[in-house]
Amino acid sequence: MKILVCISNVPDTTTKIKFAEGNTSIDTTGIQWVINPWDELSLTRALELKDDTTSGINSVTVIHVGPASAEPTIRKALAIGADDAIRVNAVSPDAWFVAAQIAEVVKKEQYDIIMCGIESSDYNGSVVGGMVAEFLGIPSVSAVSGLKFENGQPVMIREIDGGKEVVTVPVPLVAIVQKGISKEPRIAAMRGIMLARTKPVKLVEPVAIEPLTQIVEFEKPVPRAACKFIDADNPAQLLDLLQNEAKVI
Amino acid sequence: MSVLVYTENWDGKFKKLSFELVSYATGVAKMLNTQVTAISIGKVDNDELNKLGNYGASKIISINNEKLAALDNQAYSSVIAEVAIKENTTVIVISNNNSGKAIAPRLSVRLKAGVGSGVSRLPLSVNPFVVYKRTYSGNAFAHQAIKSDVKIITLAQNSFDLIENKVNPVIENFDPVVDASLLKTVIKDVQKQTGKILLTDADIVVSGGRGMKSADNWAPLVELASLLGAATACSRPVSDEGWRPHEEHTGQTGKIIAPNLYIAVGISGATQHLAGISSSKFIVAINSDKDAPIFEAAQYGIVGDAMKVLPKLVEAVKEIRK
Ligand SMILES: Cc1cc2nc3c(=O)[nH]c(=O)nc-3n(C[C@H](O)[C@H](O)[C@H](O)COP(=O)(O)OP(=O)(O)OC[C@H]3O[C@@H](n4cnc5c(N)ncnc54)[C@H](O)[C@@H]3O)c2cc1C
Ligand SMILES: Nc1ncnc2c1ncn2[C@@H]1O[C@H](COP(=O)(O)O)[C@@H](O)[C@H]1O
Repeated sequence: MKILVCISNVPDTTTKIKFAEGNTSIDTTGIQWVINPWDELSLTRALELKDDTTSGINSVTVIHVGPASAEPTIRKALAIGADDAIRVNAVSPDAWFVAAQIAEVVKKEQYDIIMCGIESSDYNGSVVGGMVAEFLGIPSVSAVSGLKFENGQPVMIREIDGGKEVVTVPVPLVAIVQKGISKEPRIAAMRGIMLARTKPVKLVEPVAIEPLTQIVEFEKPVPRAACKFIDADNPAQLLDLLQNEAKVI
Repeated sequence: MSVLVYTENWDGKFKKLSFELVSYATGVAKMLNTQVTAISIGKVDNDELNKLGNYGASKIISINNEKLAALDNQAYSSVIAEVAIKENTTVIVISNNNSGKAIAPRLSVRLKAGVGSGVSRLPLSVNPFVVYKRTYSGNAFAHQAIKSDVKIITLAQNSFDLIENKVNPVIENFDPVVDASLLKTVIKDVQKQTGKILLTDADIVVSGGRGMKSADNWAPLVELASLLGAATACSRPVSDEGWRPHEEHTGQTGKIIAPNLYIAVGISGATQHLAGISSSKFIVAINSDKDAPIFEAAQYGIVGDAMKVLPKLVEAVKEIRK
């Protein structure tokens, strides 16, 4: 069975975000680009399943929809252990476009499990995975914090609001993963970095898709007022402020 | 034309977020000069359904079908899409919680509707249709135009106040034909959290970080939370260490919450932590280091040792609750 891991390329999570061109796009100077944290975890889980000979998984491919400047992030995924990669050569205008491109690739290549992150840490959309599944007319399981195989059947833990469920759906499926899917992201070893240089990155030209949304402007959150300090020996004063000034208790 | 709200219930009672969603949808409907229709899936009695009218839902479509007992993303989105078309819907409002995130994108493809997700305010304009959404994990907000005829908004939890707007709703029972070929989710086991306030629903959250030092020091924090009717939470290293359960972890890779009050104890305030809590209305920080970054995000701060401050705070709360 084959797994496809969808990865998005995002600014490192400690980046101080700045905008350019009249606040219509992000200022990319000095930004470190990384694999979206959830995608790093799902790649790790995919590789663990491939390592486990009883799982039936024998190949892990990563896909990214993005321009050539994203190649280092794709190479990093290969260095971590993916067998090969696909890059759809387009600057992605919105989630609808990205999902449609991924669905197009899956139609041709046939994967059993497609893994997406619960959200991309840049646009915080939380939609690409579900859209891919609906474009393909296959089941999706969302907020997956565990994935394993029992008798060749995928079994997932799905987080619900106020608990968790153990669920199964037939392959092919889209697993939309969150924290817990794997413990720590796998790190590229020297050998992996060497190997990654020779692994194939297949270039695919995008199909024509009209985006449905467009970001017209970014803004920074309003800075909060300076912190009021309260003496450690006088917590009653804090409660007074919370009761009478903030009115939250 | 109508604005459609997808509501959620828990054992037949609406979750608070359902009333938030209806309040929000009513705001959108006013901007568009139209009405709000709410959709309820599951066994909910008429008294409960009528409560949606308190916040402005003039029509309620109640679906009680055995086949929809468990959330199947594919089946649910097909049913909601059917109602959306029947009701001539232009805007659909859904929660940005786990089930909303499962349904909204599938619905988007069915209806060719653009999605604005993690929205925290009413649309900035309706023509063009522009929503205000969270981006870069709370480090920025975007004005996002949705250009399709039908628009889907997923609303960030706790970001919109309940607004009373009493109408007498019409309740319509609807029995959709559920395509059996779409029902592929088999639930093998369920573990529901009981007796605890849900972190994502809580108005007050008391949260501990590595500054709590060990798993054994949590009693005063838990006591403070229970006195305040608060949920408990923690930073990522705390759940990684196993001091607290994973479902309490807040932050970029954990839960994203927006309570009225977030009390951070022994938490340094790393950007990845703030990503999950920066939408809280008020933040209190208790930290022994006066230069900890959490104080930049907080409105109220106490510099001190958590082990000394927490018991005093607990006593002070008991005092005012007398
Ligand atoms: C990709 C990625 C994603 C991440 N996602 C998350 C996330 O979702 N959530 C998250 O929380 N973190 C996340 N992190 C980790 C984050 O960067 C920080 O390491 C983490 O938030 C720090 O946790 P902390 O504040 O509990 O611990 P520390 O940073 O160690 O801070 C402990 C604090 O306690 C104070 N302290 C010490 N002793 C006392 C005392 N006796 N009384 C009072 N105060 C005391 C110290 O002054 C210090 O400020 C992520 C990191 C990465 C790389
Ligand atoms: N440009 C992209 N290329 C490939 N996968 C993507 C891309 N953008 C998003 N994804 C996938 O979709 C998930 C959710 O992204 P989003 O819906 O944008 O929040 C990510 O975690 C990735 O798995």
